[in-house]
Amino acid sequence: MELKDKLVSSFLAFDEQYQVDDDVQQIRSQAIKDFETFGFPSKKEEAWKYTSLKSALKHDYSIFPKKEDAIEYSQIKQYLIHDIDTYDLVFIDGIYSSHLSNTTHDKIDVCLMSSALNKDKFKPVIDNYFNKLAPKNGLNALNTAFTKEGAYIHIHKNIMADKPIQIINFSTGNESSLLLQPRNLVVVDENSHVQIIERHQSLTDHPVLTNSVTEIFADRRAIVDYYKIQNDKGTSSLIDNTFIEQKDESNCSVHTFSLGGNLTRNNLNFYQKGERIDSTMKGVTIIEGKQHVDHNTLVHHIYPNCESHQDYKGIFSDKSVGVFNGKVVVEKEAQKTNAYQSNNNILVDDKATINSKPQLEIFADDVRCSHGCTIGQLDEDALFYLQSRGIPHKEARGLLMYAFANNVLESVKIPEIKKRINNLIAEKLGVELGFNL
Amino acid sequence: MLKIKNLHANIEGKEILKGIDLEINPGEVHAIMGPNGSGKSTLSSVIAGREEYEMTEGEIIFENEDLAELDPEERAHKGVFLSFQYPVEIPGVSVTNFMKTAINAHRKANGLEDMPANEMLKLIREKSELLEIDRKFLSRSLNEGFSGGEKKRNEIFQMAMLEPKLSILDETDSGLDIDALKIVSNGVNKLRTENNAVLVITHYQRLLNYIVPDVVHVLIDGKIVKTGGKELAYELEERGYDWIKQEKAV
Repeated sequence: MELKDKLVSSFLAFDEQYQVDDDVQQIRSQAIKDFETFGFPSKKEEAWKYTSLKSALKHDYSIFPKKEDAIEYSQIKQYLIHDIDTYDLVFIDGIYSSHLSNTTHDKIDVCLMSSALNKDKFKPVIDNYFNKLAPKNGLNALNTAFTKEGAYIHIHKNIMADKPIQIINFSTGNESSLLLQPRNLVVVDENSHVQIIERHQSLTDHPVLTNSVTEIFADRRAIVDYYKIQNDKGTSSLIDNTFIEQKDESNCSVHTFSLGGNLTRNNLNFYQKGERIDSTMKGVTIIEGKQHVDHNTLVHHIYPNCESHQDYKGIFSDKSVGVFNGKVVVEKEAQKTNAYQSNNNILVDDKATINSKPQLEIFADDVRCSHGCTIGQLDEDALFYLQSRGIPHKEARGLLMYAFANNVLESVKIPEIKKRINNLIAEKLGVELGFNL
Repeated sequence: MLKIKNLHANIEGKEILKGIDLEINPGEVHAIMGPNGSGKSTLSSVIAGREEYEMTEGEIIFENEDLAELDPEERAHKGVFLSFQYPVEIPGVSVTNFMKTAINAHRKANGLEDMPANEMLKLIREKSELLEIDRKFLSRSLNEGFSGGEKKRNEIFQMAMLEPKLSILDETDSGLDIDALKIVSNGVNKLRTENNAVLVITHYQRLLNYIVPDVVHVLIDGKIVKTGGKELAYELEERGYDWIKQEKAV
């Protein structure tokens, strides 16, 4: 049976097994109908021209994972940012692991979507925000239909979350192959601040497909910094759908580090619903083999005096494929918009590919919008320069690629993350960092 | 130290060096002067091992070893240093981190452990003072946005750090104002010992007032056509290169 049919026919059983509040139940029921209509995206759609989900959809995924597997902290420690104090939401095969997590309801809510969907206390927030941002399409509808678990984060007015929040989804391969659909909701009230780290990690070599949806609401003057670490095994595929709505003077950034996995698709949309908003999205992609990473971004400038910054860098080896599709829409009302977009790529091997497609739709006349895209090889002059100083060819190449990618990290605000990513990048490029950063 | 015999070199099939003979002994300073396009920079690139240049004939013996088969980094490990005419900008790598990487690469090639951090810092401080380099400068990205003078000073700083046996200074005076020229020359002179040698490649005599050569060679059209003492440099400054070309034609 095709995966789509299997999912549709499993819905009733799912719906009975994971009961939720009536309103949410209705949303789920509508969503499965939408999924039935839309299905999975195909390459015929403009936004999916360069990315085929075929390799990710061919497995016979289990939709109902078994009970939480007993996993010890020592097995997963390396995947966590553990040298600083954090709140942790750890999910194993889609099921919340209480003994590995660290939640709170003290001034901020860092807890489970499953409890938020069922408890009266959270109902006003769920009613206001749940599924209000994700555009109607097959993947979002599928996730919504099977909503049961994920992170629920609510930072109340005038609060700075006292430590970063980690959301980590592990898969154990207890099932032969697994479809995971985490659903996260992040609501940051006026004048509040939160930092979030998200990661998906498979612990075995069974195929895993994750179709994740995250909705983020940043109210007036809120600050949200979101870091996505994508360094999964070659058997895992990830479709990350993240949607951010910003109000006046809010400042949101998403850094995406795509360093592994079979197929990764990032749908990242920013909607600016106010003035003097700042939106930042940055990415580093370093892949090899037959890996495929697709960044599909949208910034919707609706009101005047806002900014957006996009900076994506990619290094592609072997037969790997990169896609960057960055859309910026500036509405007629959105005068004095400053929108910057840059996408720079290095193709290490002849057979590596990058498809880079900026799309600017500007309806206002008093704006500053720029975009630039480069695709190139390593600079031979620079290589010779380093070699002439005694740095061996391989290391010199690594160092140059490292330097190329590294400046994206400048805007990472958590030093431990910066260090971690730095090391991951260095490891990936085979550079021994003869220095501490 | 360096013996070049009948060196011929091509770039993209075009012959640039047409039979160079040159011998440099420890403790000596040699200057190679010549008009634009005579092959000066090609000679320095070929000695340092740039791949684009193809050696078609002859040999380059350095410390009794043929350099022809060695990669640029291996030549560097043996003690060859090239101060670039146009140092390359490398955003994202600070001067300090670059220097640490280079020093430790040299040490590794010589079977040594990485230099301890405190020793490294001390060395960097000492050598940057020699070149009157500001500390802030060291944390900037390598050559990125440096002025011409800063780039050249940075080259000699690297030379001071790596302590090569043979330093080739390719047009080090270009882009330098008089103060920077003095600092750079002073740095080079302080680094001189009876065991190392310097090859200065220059179009003008100006730099040779500060780094005084023992031997001056004139390179024209890929060949060394005249060799003399430091007074030859003054003569070239006054009379240009044409009289040598004529002398040679006769």
